[in-house]
Amino acid sequence: MTQQPVIDLSPKVSDEIRKTTCYMCACRCGINVHMKDGKVAYIEGNRDHPVNQGVLCAKGSAGIMQHNAPARLRAPLKRVGPRGSGEFEEITWDEALQIATDWLEPIRAKNPEKLAFFTGRDQSQSFTSLWAQSFGTPNYAAHGGFCSVNMAAAGIYTMGGAFWEFGQPDWDHTKLFMLFGVAEDHDSNPIKMGIGKIKARGARIIGVNPIRTGYNAVADDWVGITPGTDGLFILAMIHCLMKAGKIDLHYLAQYTDAPVLLNGDENSSDYGLYLRDEDGKQQVIDRKTGKLAPFDQPGVRPDLSATYTAEGITHRPVFHQMAEKYLSDEYAPEAVADRCGISARRIRTIAAELARVAFDEAFELDHAWTDFRGETHLKMTGRPVSFHAMRGISAHANGFQTCRALHTLQIILGTVEVPGGFRFKPPYPKPATAHPKPHVGVNAGAPLNGPHLGFVHGPDDLALKEDGTPARIDKAFTWENPMSAHGLMHMVISNAHAGDPYKIDTLFMYMANMSWNSSMNTRGVMEMLTDKDANGDYVIPRIIYSDSYSSEMVAYADLILPDTTYLERHDCISLLDRPICEADAAADAIRWPVVEPDRDVRGFQSALCDLGAKLGLPAFVNEDGSQKYADYADYITNHERRPGIGPLAGFRGKDGTKSGRGEVNPNQLDRYIENGGFFVEHIPAGANYYKPWNTAYQEWAVKMGLFDAPQPYLFSLYVEPMRKFQLAAEGHGDRQPPDHLRDRIKATMSPLPIWYETDQTGNAGYTITALTQRPMAMYHSWGSQNAWLRQLHGHNPLYLPTKLMQENSLKDGDWARVTSPHGEITVPVMEMAALNQNTVWTWNAIGKRKGAWALDKDAPEATRGFLLNHLIHELLPPKGDGLRWSNSDPITGQAAWFDLKVKIEKAAPPSDSKPEFDAIKSPVGQGPNKLAWKVGK
Amino acid sequence: MHPALSVIFFSTFSGLGFGLLVFLGLGYPGVTGWSAFAFFAIAYILAVGGLISSTFHLGHPERALKAFTQWQTSWLSREAWCAVIALLLMATYGAGLVFLETRWTILGIVGALFSLATVFTTSMIYAQMKTVPRWHSPLTPAYFLSLCIAGGALLAGQVTWAVILLLVAGVIQIFTWGIGDKAFAQSGTDIASATRLGNIGKVRAFEPPHTGTNYLKREFVYVIARKHAQKLRIIAGLLMVVLPLLLLLLPFNHYFALLAVVSHVAGVFTSRWLFFAEAEHVVGLYYGARTQAG
Amino acid sequence: MTQLPARTDKKLGLVIDLDTCVGCHACVISCKGWNTENYGAPLSDQDPYGANPSGTFLNRVHSYEVQPNQGEAQLIHFPKSCLHCEDAPCVTVCPTGASYKRTEDGIVLVNESDCIGCGLCAWACPYGAREMDVAEGVMKKCTLCVDRIYNENLPEIDRQPACVRTCPAGARHFGDLGDPDSAVSKLVADRGGVDLMPEQGTKPVNQYLPPRPKDRLAAASAEDIDILAPFLEPVAQEATGFLGWLDRTLEKL
Ligand SMILES: Nc1nc2c(c(=O)[nH]1)N[C@H]1C(S)=C(S)[C@@H](COP(=O)(O)OP(=O)(O)OC[C@H]3O[C@@H](n4cnc5c(=O)[nH]c(N)nc54)[C@H](O)[C@@H]3O)O[C@H]1N2
Ligand SMILES: Nc1nc2c(c(=O)[nH]1)N[C@H]1C(S)=C(S)[C@@H](COP(=O)(O)OP(=O)(O)OC[C@H]3O[C@@H](n4cnc5c(=O)[nH]c(N)nc54)[C@H](O)[C@@H]3O)O[C@H]1N2
Ligand code: SF4
Ligand code: SF4
Ligand code: SF4
Ligand code: SF4
Ligand code: SF4
Ligand SMILES: [Mo]
Repeated sequence: MTQQPVIDLSPKVSDEIRKTTCYMCACRCGINVHMKDGKVAYIEGNRDHPVNQGVLCAKGSAGIMQHNAPARLRAPLKRVGPRGSGEFEEITWDEALQIATDWLEPIRAKNPEKLAFFTGRDQSQSFTSLWAQSFGTPNYAAHGGFCSVNMAAAGIYTMGGAFWEFGQPDWDHTKLFMLFGVAEDHDSNPIKMGIGKIKARGARIIGVNPIRTGYNAVADDWVGITPGTDGLFILAMIHCLMKAGKIDLHYLAQYTDAPVLLNGDENSSDYGLYLRDEDGKQQVIDRKTGKLAPFDQPGVRPDLSATYTAEGITHRPVFHQMAEKYLSDEYAPEAVADRCGISARRIRTIAAELARVAFDEAFELDHAWTDFRGETHLKMTGRPVSFHAMRGISAHANGFQTCRALHTLQIILGTVEVPGGFRFKPPYPKPATAHPKPHVGVNAGAPLNGPHLGFVHGPDDLALKEDGTPARIDKAFTWENPMSAHGLMHMVISNAHAGDPYKIDTLFMYMANMSWNSSMNTRGVMEMLTDKDANGDYVIPRIIYSDSYSSEMVAYADLILPDTTYLERHDCISLLDRPICEADAAADAIRWPVVEPDRDVRGFQSALCDLGAKLGLPAFVNEDGSQKYADYADYITNHERRPGIGPLAGFRGKDGTKSGRGEVNPNQLDRYIENGGFFVEHIPAGANYYKPWNTAYQEWAVKMGLFDAPQPYLFSLYVEPMRKFQLAAEGHGDRQPPDHLRDRIKATMSPLPIWYETDQTGNAGYTITALTQRPMAMYHSWGSQNAWLRQLHGHNPLYLPTKLMQENSLKDGDWARVTSPHGEITVPVMEMAALNQNTVWTWNAIGKRKGAWALDKDAPEATRGFLLNHLIHELLPPKGDGLRWSNSDPITGQAAWFDLKVKIEKAAPPSDSKPEFDAIKSPVGQGPNKLAWKVGK
Repeated sequence: MHPALSVIFFSTFSGLGFGLLVFLGLGYPGVTGWSAFAFFAIAYILAVGGLISSTFHLGHPERALKAFTQWQTSWLSREAWCAVIALLLMATYGAGLVFLETRWTILGIVGALFSLATVFTTSMIYAQMKTVPRWHSPLTPAYFLSLCIAGGALLAGQVTWAVILLLVAGVIQIFTWGIGDKAFAQSGTDIASATRLGNIGKVRAFEPPHTGTNYLKREFVYVIARKHAQKLRIIAGLLMVVLPLLLLLLPFNHYFALLAVVSHVAGVFTSRWLFFAEAEHVVGLYYGARTQAG
Repeated sequence: MTQLPARTDKKLGLVIDLDTCVGCHACVISCKGWNTENYGAPLSDQDPYGANPSGTFLNRVHSYEVQPNQGEAQLIHFPKSCLHCEDAPCVTVCPTGASYKRTEDGIVLVNESDCIGCGLCAWACPYGAREMDVAEGVMKKCTLCVDRIYNENLPEIDRQPACVRTCPAGARHFGDLGDPDSAVSKLVADRGGVDLMPEQGTKPVNQYLPPRPKDRLAAASAEDIDILAPFLEPVAQEATGFLGWLDRTLEKL
């Protein structure tokens, strides 16, 4: 017998490890980048990092292929062919910045609003918004409007924090985790880690989703709900729980507005608003005295039931209204079962199980804590039921109210911010009132009068001009969608094209593939971007765009500012923005150039520092007019929002010993790098639950600079600002909605969560809901250029439930024509049994335009892959009232992606999936035909 | 299984070549001198050509010698040894016939045995594959060997033997097909045992692990339409057995004999193509093959 | 070397939890990344930006739909790499000795410098665990990260396979399945771990933990007596009754 070969069991792994932050998606995990010969050799998760604790998803590990992708842009580009052709010429940065300056300077001097600056899935919003504010345009937002503003806004208005990535279940204690409408979410790795953790403990998961894949596949119970009806299902469970008294009365009385009295005077312009004292504090009846008292008075015991009568009028607490509303038969399981596609028995069983676990499996943690009324509690009561939800409930036109309903469910069970329940991550909790309001005060040649985005608290805060017309190009914060906290990026191009509410001059976009997967009505958007007026000029005169890669959108811009890859630049994941905190800790992080770019590209934020200086924007020049920040790294280190508060909270102060607040530390970035690219500050024990009401937490948050003074508040089961909009619609106040919107405002802006059918006018005959899901191994369009990832998801079938396959005599691999009132696509189909019987779906953003992403024009992404976006319009089908209503939530403007209704028929296989578009010319050529990537020997 | 031309070529021609060597080794026909040279040349071209073609599908043909090392366990290694021994023995034996006009009978018999053994080892490479239930059967060596000697008899001009052996090969071929068709179902391997999820319910492959292709899909997840296969079987049977038999039974004619050989070779080639194309590897179960049947 | 060792000192392998795997493919890509840069030739890709991309991967995640007799269909994500079989047929068929099973830990490896790329071992493997690398012409397979698990250049905690280290859901476990007291062996015992294709006689070392029973609440609500019903006993039928109950209950608080 021959000898077993001797192998090297301890080969050298790398020359050096550089620790930075992943940006293959917005989850922002810590990564160890292993370097060999100065090149990236291997990427793994950083074990010390608070977000991922060492694990890494498929995209993260494939970062090496993204970083080296042939689709990377190489130099600034100036368009030389017609828009959409992809014909460009490479220019220098000096030329590019000069062109941009020549375009923007005159706008700023006369009409700053003629610049619309919208950034996509950006993680530097506090920086880009500062730039836009300093420029003076009101037209700035990021992508939240088409993403999940319903989730964010509903959470913040209701409880001062949202799901999204702003909170998390108490993975260590929860015993029942209920998940609504999530395929992947932003918190990609943390959710998977959490699921793994609770599974290992034998805790259980209920998945509510029309589709049983991913998290829903591992869920112990699957509820294949009819899309768009979650609100009904949830309200029915609330009905059952209230009826059975399975609610946390103590919690409701102490920490929520359930006991807060509502003005009961039907004739008052305050009818239905909170009763407030002279200081504006919400008033309750103190059970000890039976008298009115402000909610936060030390020692007060708010009464959930007592009413207050004055001048013959009875003012009743919020809880009375809830009882009246939710105990009505309208919300009985039997009344909703058919619409939800869930039997009444099953609804009851699930509600009963929630009650059982929340109350029978309640437990206590030995942490003493003091609440904002000064009462000290020796223990913390745990209710081990937790919830999470994302776009499945929010990307519907009734999504805001559905998200609110879910929060109401968790709040009546007393499971928010308690052990075992849902927990906020700093800087949350933070009530809506602690956020800025929208600002639209434009002054030629000067900055805007305040931050663009924020939370409105009534008609007075709307972003309207003197004449009542929308102040913003996206019509955010108008009567059409008053609480559009994130703006409406998906309406920018169509409004700019229509010149409604006004014309703009330059559209400046960053990191959003608007001519493809992030737009509804994709073909229409391409037409709008290339449309010319009678003079032969483009209707949208100028487009500047920053991308790192040769995406579909690049072809539609006049000037391209090429960004670096995520391994080549500085970035900061800031507490001022969307940080990476955990429920037990505040944390932020940086990216830094672990390799220098080998192309003539520049980090977009650095380019904005240069451009801002050239334009003389006050925030970007020194007093002598010289450039203030040499680059983004300089800004990150030296910028201060308020004295002592900068983009990064860690290693502040001259010697780097201060956290949260502290003077600028010139070596701050080095300290981050030494620390693995991030900074964590743990919340002290006893402060990490009950945060909105916990004195110790509030003090810690002030110390950290999250806010300037303690701001305890009550959860708003009743959202008073919504009542204010209803009052306006009822005719109260000076600012009045247009008549055609009055009824809708009255109906939809209920201050207590309701469910309403989304507008189905024009959908007659289109009975099947068509959905998309995020593939875990792909990030929107970014992934397709990645040689490894595109082998996993190179094309996407449309999955049909067995019933629809049979009805249409379809077999796997057949093709079908899918029609909506707006358009038609012809695509390959596959059968799936674990799917709601009236729902079809596909993976999101796999389909690609021919010629994009440095792929062969016959790439499967283009020949078999497809987008559902062609079927979705930003406007609803005409109703015959002469108006075009937007396909969004009437409260927040959230794009209603998942309201899409279609019909399906078998089709002869076409050569390529339809619709087909001409190939765009690749500004970067095509990738190589072989890869065997090894940088070491 | 993917029917790789190089492998089909190899097994068809080397089978015939070694078949001819078997007869030559046994002294049929009892040729010497130049006519022996001609017979041996044909046999060597077929056998060696086949062997060489088999290296075309190797990733590293230059390392082919390493394939001799593992005769204790590997049928491929054994095949390599047998082939070399058979070729060397038969070369010596042939040299005697051609140059010395001498027949070393024992050497011829031993050479014939090694020639048969070579084909047997080849067949065992397939027959040992539990992963391909159609092949995992004593019928596989019977099929290879029967065709090998039938073809050998044909090439050697042994009409009577050829007729008998063609009939035998034909019968074995029919059994191979008939029993082979049921082999997968009877193997006990199905998607339930592959996934061990069968106790929950009926298992069906859903999304494949990758939309791109890979080695496994190219190599193992090859499916041939049933109707297509039936047609090819008929063609194979006609060409391999029926037509040669008819030609042999007709009054002897060199053209007919040649035609019989050509027809037989084409038939064996088709049969061998089917041998691969119809063979289903159990790994296909993971990729959703046989979902409907199982 | 194609004789299998009579016994191995350890039986290192993976335990894969089908109840927890969410099908994210993280293990697939981290494996590709590590093994492209490490042991042997890089895992190559053909036509990587073209019409028919294809490449070598050592670990793939399948998914299966299972329809029970009663209740909703289920979906199971199913990762698969080499199972490091005790009776590894891939080893014994190898003509060159390139394939071998290590005596110290049972890991099945390919010595790439001996491999002629004949493909037989892949034929012999029932699980599709071997892929021929087109660029290199040699057989590739999971190495159980033999160049990580003993690697003294890695911190001790990282001496585990790349796929295990990266799995976000913690659905992959690594250890000695030959030691009944190891954490992995206990997990297998607790959760009723199974072999794939036991009838093939390969005696895989890797074990699969079956999914836990699903949809039990649905089954509960289908039963005649709903054991959870008492949890929803109404306190009152009407809103007014409810408020009466509320008053009474608040008294007690
Ligand atoms: N049908 C359907 N459509 C949808 C959705 C859906 O569920 N269904 N979801 C919607 C949602 S929620 C969203 S958020 C949008 C997302 O849609 P997009 O925001 O358009 O998302 P991406 O495709 O990721 O495109 C972002 C662009 O950023 C570029 N990019 C990547 N990295 C960098 C970088 O480092 N710097 C710069 N400058 N550019 C970079 C990419 O090349 C790409 O062109 O899609 C929406 N569209
Ligand atoms: N890997 C990866 N991760 C990502 C992204 C990505 O592209 N790839 N994108 C990021 C972005 S921008 C976002 S916004 C998040 C979004 O994260 P998710 O919210 O998880 O996004 P989707 O994939 O749109 O998933 C929506 C889910 O809701 C379900 N659903 C649809 N309608 C309904 C309904 O009416 N009721 C219920 N209960 N469910 C419904 C769908 O079946 C789907 O499972 O993911 C982020 N994370
Ligand atoms: S989830 Fe994945 S892609 Fe997103 S940041 Fe983390 S590792 Fe990167
Ligand atoms: S990484 Fe873990 S959860 Fe993801 S596919 Fe692999 S085994 Fe499953
Ligand atoms: S899984 Fe396949 S490759 Fe791995 S040891 Fe078993 S038979 Fe060999
Ligand atoms: S491909 Fe390589 S490892 Fe596999 S059997 Fe052939 S020589 Fe052995
Ligand atoms: S053990 Fe290593 S080689 Fe094997 S599948 Fe996991 S990462 Fe790949
Ligand atoms: Mo999004």
